[in-house]
Amino acid sequence: MTVVDPTLARVKPSRGRAARERAAWAFVAPAMIAIGLFFALPVIAALLLSLTDFDIYALANLDNLRFVGLQNYERLMTNPLFWGAMKNTLTFAVLGVPLSIAASLAAAVILNARVVKWRPIWRVMFFAPYVTTLVATAVVWRYLLHTRYGVINWGLESIGLPAVDWLGDPSTSIPAILMFVVWKIFGYNMLIFLAVLQTVPDDLYEAARIDGAGPWKQFRHVTLPAIAPTMLLVSIISVASFFQLFAEPYVMTQGGPAQSTVTVLYFMYEEGFKWWNLGSASAVAFVLFLCILAITLVQLAVAKRVGAYQ
Amino acid sequence: MMQTAHRRAALALMAGGAAAACTPRRDGETVLRFWAMGNEGGTVGELMPEFERRNPGVRVSVQPLPWTAAHEKLLTAYAGASLPDVSQIGNTWVAELSAIGALSPTPPEAADLLTDQFPAVLETNQIAGLAMTTPWYVDTRLLFYRKDLLARGGFDAPPQDWAEWKRAMHGVKRAAGGDNYAILLPLNEFEQLLTFGLQIDEPLLRDRDTRGNFSSPGFIAALAFYRSLFAEGLAPLASSAQISNVWTEFARGYFSFYFSGPWSVGDFRSRLPASFQPNWATAGVPGPNGLGASAPGGSSLAVFKSSPHQDAAWALVRYLSEPAVQARFNTIVGDLPARQSAWDIAQVERDPMLAPFRGQLERAKAVPKVPEWERIVTEMQIVAERMVRGEYTPETAAAEIDRRADRLLEKRRWMIEQGRAV
Amino acid sequence: MKIRAILLNLAVALIALVVLFPLVWMVSVSFMATGEAAVFPPPLLPSHWTLEHYRDLFLNQGMGRYLWNSFALATLATILALSFTVPAGYAFAKLKFAGRERLFQFLVAALVVPAQIGTLPLFLMLKGMGLVNTYAGALVPWLASIFGLFLVRQYALSIPDEMLEAARIDGASEGQIFRRIVLPTLQPIIVTLGLFVFLGSWNDFLWPLIILTDQSNYTLPVALAALSREHVQDIELMMAGAVVTVAPVLILFLALQRYYIRGMLAGSVKG
Repeated sequence: MTVVDPTLARVKPSRGRAARERAAWAFVAPAMIAIGLFFALPVIAALLLSLTDFDIYALANLDNLRFVGLQNYERLMTNPLFWGAMKNTLTFAVLGVPLSIAASLAAAVILNARVVKWRPIWRVMFFAPYVTTLVATAVVWRYLLHTRYGVINWGLESIGLPAVDWLGDPSTSIPAILMFVVWKIFGYNMLIFLAVLQTVPDDLYEAARIDGAGPWKQFRHVTLPAIAPTMLLVSIISVASFFQLFAEPYVMTQGGPAQSTVTVLYFMYEEGFKWWNLGSASAVAFVLFLCILAITLVQLAVAKRVGAYQ
Repeated sequence: MMQTAHRRAALALMAGGAAAACTPRRDGETVLRFWAMGNEGGTVGELMPEFERRNPGVRVSVQPLPWTAAHEKLLTAYAGASLPDVSQIGNTWVAELSAIGALSPTPPEAADLLTDQFPAVLETNQIAGLAMTTPWYVDTRLLFYRKDLLARGGFDAPPQDWAEWKRAMHGVKRAAGGDNYAILLPLNEFEQLLTFGLQIDEPLLRDRDTRGNFSSPGFIAALAFYRSLFAEGLAPLASSAQISNVWTEFARGYFSFYFSGPWSVGDFRSRLPASFQPNWATAGVPGPNGLGASAPGGSSLAVFKSSPHQDAAWALVRYLSEPAVQARFNTIVGDLPARQSAWDIAQVERDPMLAPFRGQLERAKAVPKVPEWERIVTEMQIVAERMVRGEYTPETAAAEIDRRADRLLEKRRWMIEQGRAV
Repeated sequence: MKIRAILLNLAVALIALVVLFPLVWMVSVSFMATGEAAVFPPPLLPSHWTLEHYRDLFLNQGMGRYLWNSFALATLATILALSFTVPAGYAFAKLKFAGRERLFQFLVAALVVPAQIGTLPLFLMLKGMGLVNTYAGALVPWLASIFGLFLVRQYALSIPDEMLEAARIDGASEGQIFRRIVLPTLQPIIVTLGLFVFLGSWNDFLWPLIILTDQSNYTLPVALAALSREHVQDIELMMAGAVVTVAPVLILFLALQRYYIRGMLAGSVKG
């Protein structure tokens, strides 16, 4: 940039800056207005709504709306159905996260081995369930899990195990849904693990092999340290996603049997759109938000620690 | 085989109506949107050609809804101003839908549709004396019992009142022996305790239905009776989810009395072997003094205020209320008709298992008509379960139910004080 | 060494079996005659192949309508989301404007908030605007994609400033620069984001379930969920419905998987 005329040099960039500023706003404004209107405003409105008793009466006539302070939250805290939903959601997360991470990691480690043929094809194939329509595959799995005609029970019985009433028994309904969830999502984290594993230099494995380390030792001393930070972060992100289960119980069990698969989001849906208690449903939404926020803060803290180690 | 073919045909018919809803309407033709649920949604289409023949220029598009999603679909549609013209609704939703002003009350010229009905069922359709919806089919719960075990326990006829019933239960428990019980009262279902509660003299709510009245001597007696069935080992401490297969347990003699509705008649017939069939029967529910009440159930037909086709909509309700049409529907889907004369046309009572339902429906008693009712009985059952498990006595349980009901009704009290609700 | 290779390949085959079985079974059952799948042991292949369920779905159950709704909504969502987020993402990466940092921090913070929180008020807002049970109502959440904005910004950061500066010196307006230089450069991420949005909209369930109240507006997942409650016992019909729902997205994904996976890794490994 060689500018000859000094006056031009002073004027033009400032005019250019103004034009650029205007252009930038023109580029940004539609998205920001949409985000403000359809995301930020509803979230703030949800907080306000959770402090009112918006219900079926208020739906008919807004004059019937009252400000009730924290009453919705107080009542939630004494509502056994809400605590049941919290407990179920936690059960989903506590069982589901290790299960899905283990499946993803196992698949990634196996696929990372050079002796495996057609690796790019497997990679895409294992990921495919992730992009399928949740409702459709949930319907498929509902039949795979069928007590009498299901393929899974047929498999169990053919190796001499008793049939299980997967979706009809409160003690097996969560594991049954988790089988489906793990099948559907494990490919996602598998791809992430694979990407990290591919950054591990082959010499490290070579060196370990020369030191006489078997496959398990190689995994423990080479693979695991390389992948540990990613694994930690991925686990925490997975916890947050397990907090947002809704369509699975909606399609597969409708929250049953005996409320055993009612998740927090499902509870919010019923409270809001079945009973039309938008006030208390918004309170549920906020409790859910606080849970996810807490998980995210842990995630950020962990990310910082992990970053410091590297 | 016949059954399947029949169902398929019905399915094609009703779905044809639904698909037709997508095509633009022809000039001058009124398209009535009609939502129906479950079995009715799948079969009511068979009745429509006749209606359309009688009402040229009107076409009915039936949209079937699953029962489990129907309630929220109706409310969301109300909120989104996309309600249909006519819908089947569960008759416990009448209070709620009328509180939001969604229903078009029965016009004077349709007043005759409200005759020939079961009084208690009709009562559930009325708000402040005005019929908001029209009963379509009815059901209620009564007692399914094991004839053989009752006989072995020393009783030739089903019991008539609580005291006799209790003795009969001890009798069948002895006859069934082992780890078996006499009656199944699933702890997560409110219907059984509610039935006892309806049999007493006192109403369940008081002060214009703005406060719980569960501490009345009658309801405390009902709670005590309910608790005693568990305390004396007559009923298992189980929720319905723990009894995976009601009919086989019934056949095994795990319990000999069971509360249920007409839908169980078909289940017991199709799921239990022919050799077992002579061993069971249905009977009216015993009350504190002689046969008692139960809650009237079933579905009603609602015309929505938002519908621009009020005349055509009421013509459809009138058509579906005709005793002959109801009788025909009874043969198609097995529902018990709302109009009493339809029972005679369809000869419903020729079936000895269904005959007791007529008497039970005549004794039925409407539950309080407040939008909060379903939540109140849910809370009632939560407290009752805790009472059975020893946390409350009948007296303290009653007080606790009142406390919870009063809290749920707080908004209603405020609405009434403000003159905004009836 | 040989044994290890065989074992690993066997393990992969086993995983492939578990992954593929539900999908293959779905397709197979969808061609069985009514009632054929409801026996024990479950048959794996139809005794004779039939298209009766697909015919039933499209002729009697309105599947064509749902397919059209899903397709139209996903396409519109893609176009709208791209036209809202791509310019904004570019501006956040490459154009200086007052308040940029503060806005950006606000967006980062907003990422933490799950969108479901706003569902209830958003429904009431759209009810006030008369948009319940309309395509427009169903599309609204796709306009406000913070994630998409970040994805574009991340990618746009790699556009060399010199390239833009040179165009400015040549007298190009900001709009021209965006059209002629930025858009072609961003093409891979635009395909990726478009794919994300299309698949996301196609597979979305909670929001269309709430906002689309009338059957004639249902998308495939909403219709399938309703049908599956209605026809629990009709396994073969439901599998045909699942095939119709899943097949388009699966094919689209397989055709464009490179873009999908690249974008996904860019968005999650180090965002």
